[in-house]
Amino acid sequence: MIEGIFVDGLIFSLMVIGILISYRILDFADLTCDGSVATGAAVATMAIVGGAPISIALVLAFISGVIAGMVTAAIHNKLKIPGLLAGILTMTMLYSINLRILGNKANVPLLRVPTLYTKLPDFFSFFKPEIASLVGTLLVVLAVKSLVDLWFRTDLGVSMGAMGGNEQMVVSQGINPEVLKLMGIGLSNGLIALSGGLLAQYQGFADANLGQGMVVQGLAAIMIGEFLFSSNRISLITLRAIFGAIIYKALLFFGRKYGYLVNITPNDFKLLTGILVIVSLFIAQGRSAASSRGARKKVLARNKVQEEIDA
Amino acid sequence: MLKLENITKVFHPGTVNEKIALIDINLHIRKSDVVCIIGSNGSGKSTLFNIIAGTYPVTNGTITFDGVDITHKAEYRRAMTIGRIFQDPTKGTAANMSVEDNMITAETKGMKRLKISLNNAKREEFREILKQIGLESRLKDNVGLLSGGQRQALTLLMTAMSRPKMLLLDEHTAALDPRNAQIVMDLTERFISEQKLTALMVTHNMQFAIDFGTRLIMMDEGQIILDVSGEEKKDLTVDKLVRLFKDIRKKTYATDAALLTTN
Repeated sequence: MIEGIFVDGLIFSLMVIGILISYRILDFADLTCDGSVATGAAVATMAIVGGAPISIALVLAFISGVIAGMVTAAIHNKLKIPGLLAGILTMTMLYSINLRILGNKANVPLLRVPTLYTKLPDFFSFFKPEIASLVGTLLVVLAVKSLVDLWFRTDLGVSMGAMGGNEQMVVSQGINPEVLKLMGIGLSNGLIALSGGLLAQYQGFADANLGQGMVVQGLAAIMIGEFLFSSNRISLITLRAIFGAIIYKALLFFGRKYGYLVNITPNDFKLLTGILVIVSLFIAQGRSAASSRGARKKVLARNKVQEEIDA
Repeated sequence: MLKLENITKVFHPGTVNEKIALIDINLHIRKSDVVCIIGSNGSGKSTLFNIIAGTYPVTNGTITFDGVDITHKAEYRRAMTIGRIFQDPTKGTAANMSVEDNMITAETKGMKRLKISLNNAKREEFREILKQIGLESRLKDNVGLLSGGQRQALTLLMTAMSRPKMLLLDEHTAALDPRNAQIVMDLTERFISEQKLTALMVTHNMQFAIDFGTRLIMMDEGQIILDVSGEEKKDLTVDKLVRLFKDIRKKTYATDAALLTTN
């Protein structure tokens, strides 16, 4: 049971890292996610059902997400409309496209075909099946996390972070921000779709409605992660996103299991997730106010010391 | 080096908000010119900078830089050779990133590659550069933790690192306290003389504009009304400038003198 939470959380964490890239690193409020996660699930499912190897299916899922993200970025770049609107456009269009990919069905099961989660217990046969799934997923997530960390330590990745902080600075350094957005939002949605591809295999089906409300859930996970520790190092930022994702899934699990005691049903989860995000923002606001008060005190103290030295 | 010919800029043309910001500007900046631009608010100084940097397209006219027509070149392309520092100290650096990450972004201009340039040798190099502004111990700190003066000084160092051919300084010390303004100004002077830069600087301080640089341009209502250099500039005083302004524009300077501070 407990392994289930971790596998679920780890799969979800890839999506959280994707959302982290768009919201936190690129400062681009991207709603494509709700569509691209289902696209990833649909592409991976149809590829596997069609007989493709699992690795190819996941690569295809990733690529489909990259394309979806690039469409959003291109709409934003060329029509100069806000990223939010561009994302909503792509997300809406993706809903129809996802149904097409799924052969005009809302739901395609992965029955009697080998998936990652039927193969992992065979591969790690010395583990219990649940542990094997967990170890396999963990390896995938760690590999992706390391690649993402590496990406954001390259000169290109650093300039993406710079764009999120200050677009003018990137322009002043002779970099075209449109290209950075194309790549960054592409990467973000690629990871989200990859997460969708894994999720479809884990739950055993792809669903056109899979993505509903995913962005807010991802944001909630990011914010939970940010409460754990603060850092400006990319490896720790992605690590805490993974922790946040697992904690969020654990909260959902316990909500489902014990929620009835306080009369909470799964129907309430979207509301509770939204409230969680709002409360997190509220606390973060209080924290930053407190830390700026602290910084002010420090500066005043330092100035006083300086004055004494001068005198 | 930089040639503006018949530059006109109209904002919101054809609407009730139509505003003519620049009227038929002709300006030739020679290599190694250090030009101070003065003028009251709304005289077109900032628009002129935005036109040169490529932030806005021009309504009419052509801009050539080193003999190449750059009128329709995107801002990020022009930035390869034209460095710009804004009045707002937060505009030149990314607050959410460490000092070293900011510096690595500025080190080479243009699109970056998938290569990790930031290593310990680079850090040592950056530390050496940062010694000039006393920030050598703060490589890993986020830029957001620095003061406005420190950020502006860092922006200047970063601009110097990327070796521009021309520098646009948009009142870059106006938002700083006098002590930090002096530090940033000293750095600017050193940087201009060391790299023999061509520079344009907007200032509200007439005395400073007279003392600094090789050329002085005064703008009013979207036009260049005065352009002096060499000996003629050296002989200027604030009183003379104000008188010249009055003679040219046939306006009382009482209101404008308030805008053009003298100290």
